[in-house]
Order: sequence, then C-alpha cells, then structure tokens
Amino acid sequence: MKRERTRRTVFTRRLLLLGAGKLALTGALGVRLYQLQVVESDRYTLLAEENRISIRLIPPPRGRILDRFGEPIAANRQNWRALLVAERSDDVAATLANVAQIVPISEAERARIEREVRRRRRFVPVMVRDFLSWEEMVRLEVNAPDLPGLMTDVGTRRIYPGGEAFAHVVGYVAPPAQADLDGDPMLELPGIRVGRAGIERAHDRVLRGRAGTVQLEVNAVGRVIRELGRQEGTAGQDVTTTLDAGLQRRVAERIAGESAAAVVLDARNGEVLAMASSPSFDPTLFEAGVSAAQWREWTTNRRAPLINKAIAGLYAPGSTFKMVVALAALEARTVSPGERIACAGVTELGDAKFHCWRKGGHGALDMREAIKQSCDCYFYEVARRTGIDRIAAMANRFGLGVPLAIELPGARPGLIPTRAWKQATFGKPWALGETLVHGIGQGYIQTTPLSLAVMTARMVNGGRAVEPHVTRAIGGQLVRGHRAEDWPSLGIPEAHLRIMREAMDGVVNERQGTAWASRLPPEAGARMGGKTGTTQVRRITLAERERGLRRQQDLPYEWRHHALFVGYAPTDQPIYVCAVVIEHGGGGSAAAAPVARDILTEALLRDPARRRTPPAPSLQVAEAGPVRDERG
Amino acid sequence: MERRLARERGMSLAEKFTAISWPFVALLCALAAVGYAMLYSAAGGSPEPWAFRHGLRFGFGLLLLIGIALVDIRLILRLAWPLYALGVGLLVLVALHGEVGKGAQRWLDLGGFLLQPSELMKILLVLALSAWFHRASLERIGNPLFLLPPLIATAIPVVLVLKQPNLGTALITLTVAGAVFFVAGVRWWKFALVGLVLTLAAPVVYDSLHDYQRQRILTFLDPWSDPLGSGYHIIQSKIALGSGGLFGRGWLQGTQGQLNFLPEKQTDFIFTMLAEEWGFVGALSVLLLNLLVVLYGLAIALACRHQFGRLVATGISVNFFLYLFVNIAMVMGMIPVGGVPLPLISHGGSAMLTVLIGFGVLMSVHVHRSVEIEAEEER
Repeated sequence: MKRERTRRTVFTRRLLLLGAGKLALTGALGVRLYQLQVVESDRYTLLAEENRISIRLIPPPRGRILDRFGEPIAANRQNWRALLVAERSDDVAATLANVAQIVPISEAERARIEREVRRRRRFVPVMVRDFLSWEEMVRLEVNAPDLPGLMTDVGTRRIYPGGEAFAHVVGYVAPPAQADLDGDPMLELPGIRVGRAGIERAHDRVLRGRAGTVQLEVNAVGRVIRELGRQEGTAGQDVTTTLDAGLQRRVAERIAGESAAAVVLDARNGEVLAMASSPSFDPTLFEAGVSAAQWREWTTNRRAPLINKAIAGLYAPGSTFKMVVALAALEARTVSPGERIACAGVTELGDAKFHCWRKGGHGALDMREAIKQSCDCYFYEVARRTGIDRIAAMANRFGLGVPLAIELPGARPGLIPTRAWKQATFGKPWALGETLVHGIGQGYIQTTPLSLAVMTARMVNGGRAVEPHVTRAIGGQLVRGHRAEDWPSLGIPEAHLRIMREAMDGVVNERQGTAWASRLPPEAGARMGGKTGTTQVRRITLAERERGLRRQQDLPYEWRHHALFVGYAPTDQPIYVCAVVIEHGGGGSAAAAPVARDILTEALLRDPARRRTPPAPSLQVAEAGPVRDERG
Repeated sequence: MERRLARERGMSLAEKFTAISWPFVALLCALAAVGYAMLYSAAGGSPEPWAFRHGLRFGFGLLLLIGIALVDIRLILRLAWPLYALGVGLLVLVALHGEVGKGAQRWLDLGGFLLQPSELMKILLVLALSAWFHRASLERIGNPLFLLPPLIATAIPVVLVLKQPNLGTALITLTVAGAVFFVAGVRWWKFALVGLVLTLAAPVVYDSLHDYQRQRILTFLDPWSDPLGSGYHIIQSKIALGSGGLFGRGWLQGTQGQLNFLPEKQTDFIFTMLAEEWGFVGALSVLLLNLLVVLYGLAIALACRHQFGRLVATGISVNFFLYLFVNIAMVMGMIPVGGVPLPLISHGGSAMLTVLIGFGVLMSVHVHRSVEIEAEEER
C-alpha cells in the first residue's frame, strides 16, 4: 500500500504540473486573443472593410441641351444592350450562335466576346451588342429560353431631336479618346461618352455631372453580395442655349443644298439665336463609332460637312467690309459724310488699274450713296486716304480679326492685315495698292460669318461691344451677358453709326440699293437693312474683262464668287442681325440677300428675342422642360 | 469503507446512471450548442448543411458517451490491449484501402459512415498505455526495458498516422502518449533525452515531410510573403479575428466568414468566425468553457482511486486540451496550420465521436472511481 501511495503522490504532483501547464497555455491563448481582438482591432477592422467593400462609380445622366424656350435639342434615350454572363451558360459558343441568328454578330465581334469571356471572371457580364433597336431587344427577350446566359439591360444614349440642323452648334458625343481623359475617373467607365464638338464639348463638365458611388459588399472572389450604400452623383446640369429651335430649323432648311453658313444674333446682347452650316451631318453617328467609309466621305468632301463654317469658315468680307472702312475714315476725318467722290468705273494708281464693279462708274457719290450702291472707286479713295492700319484698328473694334468670346470650340478669329503683319509675315513692306484692295474687303482679309454678324450687331446696336454667345442659362441660372447693359461701348459717335444704319437701310429699301430685290415682304411688319458682298475666289483676267464678264452661272462651280450678306431688322429699332455666306453662290445680292431676307422675316415673325422666355428658376429644371411661352 | 466498496462492486445500472456527472454533460451540451449556433451562422443563417447534422451527431455521440460510462472500468482495462490491436488494424486498413480526402488517406468508409481511425487511435493508445502502467510500480518504471513495450506501442500508430500523411494528429498522439508516460512517473531526464533526440532528428524529419507540410511551416514563419497563396488562411483568419473587436459584429453579422473570405470556416476556422461575430468577450467565454471541461477531467483523474482510471482520465483530458489548444493557436497564427478541428464546435463527425467516446471512458472512470482493481504485481 505504501508503494501505491507514493505512486499516487507522484501522479498527483505531476498531474498538477500538467494542469498548470494547460492553464499557462490557455492563458497564452487568452493573451493572444486580447492582442488581436482588442489591441490591434482597429488595424484588422480596416483590413476587413477593404476586404469586403468595393466602390463602383455610377455615371449620372448627362444634362440636356435646350433651346431658349426649353425645347430639348440634345437629350437622353434608353439604350438597350445585350450582355452575356458566362456562368449562366453551359456553352457560350452555342448561345452566341443563337444570338447571331437574331442580331448579326461579326466574326471579329465574336472573337472579342469570347476573349473577354475567357479573361474575366465568369459572373462578370460581357457586352455582346450595344445600341439594340427595340425590335431586336424584344426578339432577344422572347427567345430567352434558347439564349442561356444572355441578358439585356438599359443604358442611355444621346439623341438629337433637331438632327442635322443643330449638328454644328450642338456638337456630338463620342467615347472618350486618350486626350479626353482629364482625371475624372468616370471617363474610364465602359459606355461613357464625352462631348466632342459644339456645346456638348464646350459645356462637357457641366453636362457630365459628377459620378455617384455605390458601395458594394463583395466576397473573396469579387462577386457582389449586396449593396451597402449609395452616394448619388450630381446629375449633369441642363444647358439652356440662346438658340431658338424653330428659327434654327428654318435657317438650316434655307441654306440646305448649298455650301453655306448663316448666323442670327440678337444685336442688343450678342445672343446667338441661330447658327447653321451646310452641308451638315448626323450627330448620332458618332456615339457608336463612325465607319471608316463614312469618315473618309466626310473628310474628303470639298464642302467639308464636319466644319462649322459659321465660326471656322474664312471668307474675305468683300463689300460688307465697306462700313468699317467708312467708320475708320469718319473717325480719322479723312472724309466727311457729305463729300462727293467721283467714280468713273476705274481708279488708277501708278500703272495699276482698280475697277469698280459697275463698268460705267457711278458718278459722284457721298458716303451714304456709296454704301447703298456699293461703289468700289469711292472706297478705293477713302481707304487710300485713311490707311490700312486705321482701317484694321476699326475692324478689330468691330470684332473682325480678333478672337470672339463664343464658347464653341474651333472658332477662328480670321485675319485683318496691318503693315506690321505684312512685314512680319512676308518680310515685305505694305504696298499702297493693297490698301485699295482691302478698302473693298478683298486681299488678305479673312472673316467668319459669325464675326460679320458681330460686326453688324455692334454697328446697329448703338456701338456696344457685344460678344456672341450660345449659353443662356446653366442649370436654370442665367449667365451674365443677356442684358444690353452688360456690354461696354465702343466709343463710336452715334452720328457715324446713324449714317451706317441709314445707308444699309437704303441698300435694301431704295430702288438703287444692291439688295432692293430682297426687301422684306409686308407680312414681316418691318424693314430690314443690310449690305451685300461678293468676293472673288479667282482673279479676273484682263482677257476675261475685255471679253466682258461672263455670267456667274456659266462659270465652273469652284470659280464662282462667294455671296455674302449682312443684315438687320427692324430698321427703326434693330434687334436681329444676320450674316449669310454662300460659297460659290455667285453674287451677294442675287444669292445671299434673299436667304437673309427669309431668315430675318422668320426671325421677325417668331420674334424670339422679345418673346418672354420662361423665367429662370433658381432650381434645376432637369425634368419636364417648361412649355414654350406659357406666360407670354 | 467496506460497505461502500461492497456497494460499488455491485452497483446497479440505475445507480451508475445517476453517478454520471451530469454537470459535466451539461458543459458538453453547452459547447455543442455553441457549435450549432456557429454552424448555423456559417451557412448564412440556415441549419443546412452543417448545423442540423452537427446536432444529430452530438445526440448520437451523447448516447454513446452514456453507454460507455456504464461499462465497468475493469472490463475496459481487460479490453485495452485487444482494442489497441483493433485500432492498429484499422490504421493499416486505411493505409491499404482508405478513402482519399484532401490528398491524404485518412478515412475509412464504414458503410456510409466515414471514420478517421487515427482519431480513435489516440483514445485506444491511452487505454493501452494506462493498462501497461497500471500494473507498474515506480521501481519497474525506472527500468528502461520496462518502458520499451509502451514506446513501441506508441511508435506504431504514430508512424502509421505520419504515413497517411497527417503530421498534426501524429504529433498530438505523441504528446498524449508523452503525458501518460509523464504522469505515470517516468523520470524527467528520460523526457529530456527523447526531446534531444527529436530535436536532432528534426532536420531529417523536415526533409521527409511532404511539400504541403513544409509549406505550412514556412507560411507560419512569414504569412505575408504570399498573402493570396498559402498565407491566405492565416491572414484572413487574423483579419476576421481582429475585426471582431471587443464585442464582435454580432451573430450572423460577421463579414469575413459570411462572405467566404474565411476558408474552411465550418471546420478548422470556426473559432475565427466565432471570435469575429461574438468578439473578445464571446471568444474568451468559449475558451473558458473549454478550459472548464479540461479541468473537470483533471479533477476526475485526481479523485480516482486506482491508477488505471487516473492515467486514462489524464490522457483523455490532455487529448481534448490538445485539440483545443492546437486549433485556437493555429487560427490565431501562433503555430502552423494543422487541420485540427475544434472539438464539439467544428463540423466533422469523426472528431466529435472520438471526443465523446473519450469522454464516455472518462465518465466510466468517474462512475467507477472507487472500484477495487488488483494490480497484477500486488496480487
């Protein structure tokens, strides 16, 4: 029994040791647990959040572009897409083959889809076809049982209810190129579009809005388990333009078929009421990507359909420049309004002869008559007396040859030459003969239709330096510049400006005026004033002159003169100004003035500038655009 | 004294039944309930596919436990070696015909019921060793030749389990056997000698390890070296534990486990999930509950009046503790990942049955703590 007792004693001692060891180890576990769960908890909690939360961007709807009365000219429409989820399909190739029987899938597309299916996790949808028509969508849905793994969803696409008539001024959207990436992470989302031209480009940031984020809980392989939280983005703001959609359509329609541009401004504040360039293009074609053939057709077309000629087309102003020359002379006191200068049909300077458009000459004319009848010899003499630099300075004050504030990308300033410019550009001194040529708006001088409209506006609005603009309100907030008082004076005496207005009135409304045939019809309820211009594309040779000028219609198209007209209405209280350029149209009075007449008639009848536009609400007007003129 | 002995010699079944330590059984039920709750949560709030079967198994195991508790301890002593032989036979059978699971031959399909003989073997080895040392006086234990047979008896299953290969279970088996040797009274210096030999053998053993076993050890040393590869388990486990904080994310609210960041959350990593959802407070409570079971086993060992019962109770309690310690230390990144479940809480039938069979024997020791067993040499 003693042995048994010692054995038990040893056992007890050792068991207690063992128990102590177990307690110590358990204690170690407890300490470790404390360290992980309490001391380092924050660090691991952070890691855990990263583990399970994935943040994705949700693009907001792009803001609309509205005309001044709230009519949408760029909006969003649902876009149906077909997507393929590989894990829901037993045989991706078979599904694609079945899809191809409903909507065509090219071999290259099929290769791309299969490549993406292989590359991505099997639950990630892969785009099969974008821009499905409603019929295609429905047919895919109806055949869903034969198309395992295929699903359709709705995105948005841009639509332009105004179509080609607005294409140049409104612009278009396209998938972002490398150059468009401006640090906004939204641009890296699939299916996103950015403004590429026109207002879409100019106000891209405003229209685009700010992407919202959605926090998704994902598991270890990235599959979405549920949505944790959502931070709504800021929807793109609507941009209300100064355009009158009705007038714009009429203008575009009137110049359709020609290679031409026309601009209508509100003379008092520089608002662009209409701006059209012809030929035009379908702005929706860019969203899905333009085919190579289409692109080649556009870029090789001599009529340059993609160019907005109203802001980027450069033309010598011709006789429409004569008012600027006259104002420069009046300011320089090189001629008085009443001084009569004789025109014998030709002005000689050294050995050179400078012809008037009227072969026999006009006789002695004062300034008003010279503008009215567009006498060239009068302006050769006035320009000679005044000098090119003073003419150029006056032209710059009227917005010619200088950058204008127009928001649209691609606007060109044109060119008004000076002595210094000639010396710098050609290394040769200015010749006096060149002054004479520039006195009738020919030579190096280049202007855009928009700048001619601005020139006219500044001339008839009492000499205020209005700048052209197409933005009236952003997100319902009016932008600065819609009131006449917003614009500074040019400092031209009213007496000088009145002579210009009266002379331009005479051009249209007096029998000897060059645009007498294009005076407004009685239903317009007002008169218009204006000035014609005809610019040579090609020098008239001596031989041709001696044979007698052939009629323009008999010349090849490329040789015909450009036809220009600048006009304003009503003459007693000018509001609307208009500039029209018709490439190779023949003559200003024959081709351009009738277009301007129709445009200004339409403007007077619609009277968008004086009609009450919907009051600008301080809040967003994104949904349900205001009904046109509901309070007027 | 005489009267009590007489009574216990002739205990009726009903008396034995009431002699079972019901507080201990309640403790086991509490642990199983924790397991049910965690498995319910691991399935995303559903009794399928794990929790329900867990409960069913526990119920079956509990019946087994009570059945074994009623078996006379002397019968168990007599059967110790035959049972040991049976266990070795099963291990050999597994080596020859076992089901391959996770690259290792560990399972034996007994008519649709998968059994892991290496788990059962630990209990059977404890019984055999206890039976051997029950007969031995301290003097005989001091004789190295007397220690040879139990050493061989230990080596056979350990080598067989290593061959499966299952390093974790082999090491636990070795440790459990060592504990029995230790409390039986084997000299300290002999343990030191064995320890030395094992240390020297370690490089050789490392060379003979399977690649995945070596990888586990390397990963343990630097889990962040390959966070998405082999270090993934430990890193994700630590993240889940750490994000639990003091009070946890709440039942069914654990993100790491629910979202499958946590691998094998229903088996080896269930404690991680528990700690994430119930926090430090909950995890510590469960740890203490387990410790209580361990200490209860030690108390039974101390209270037993015969050496066989003492040794058996010690071995079973050590076995349970090792499960517990290895599993929890593993998920906390303290020791290499070893594929050891958390008993009564993890999903997995074999471990639970083994543990409950072991506790059945423990209960038998408790019920029969005062029976007279003649030591052979004293007879």
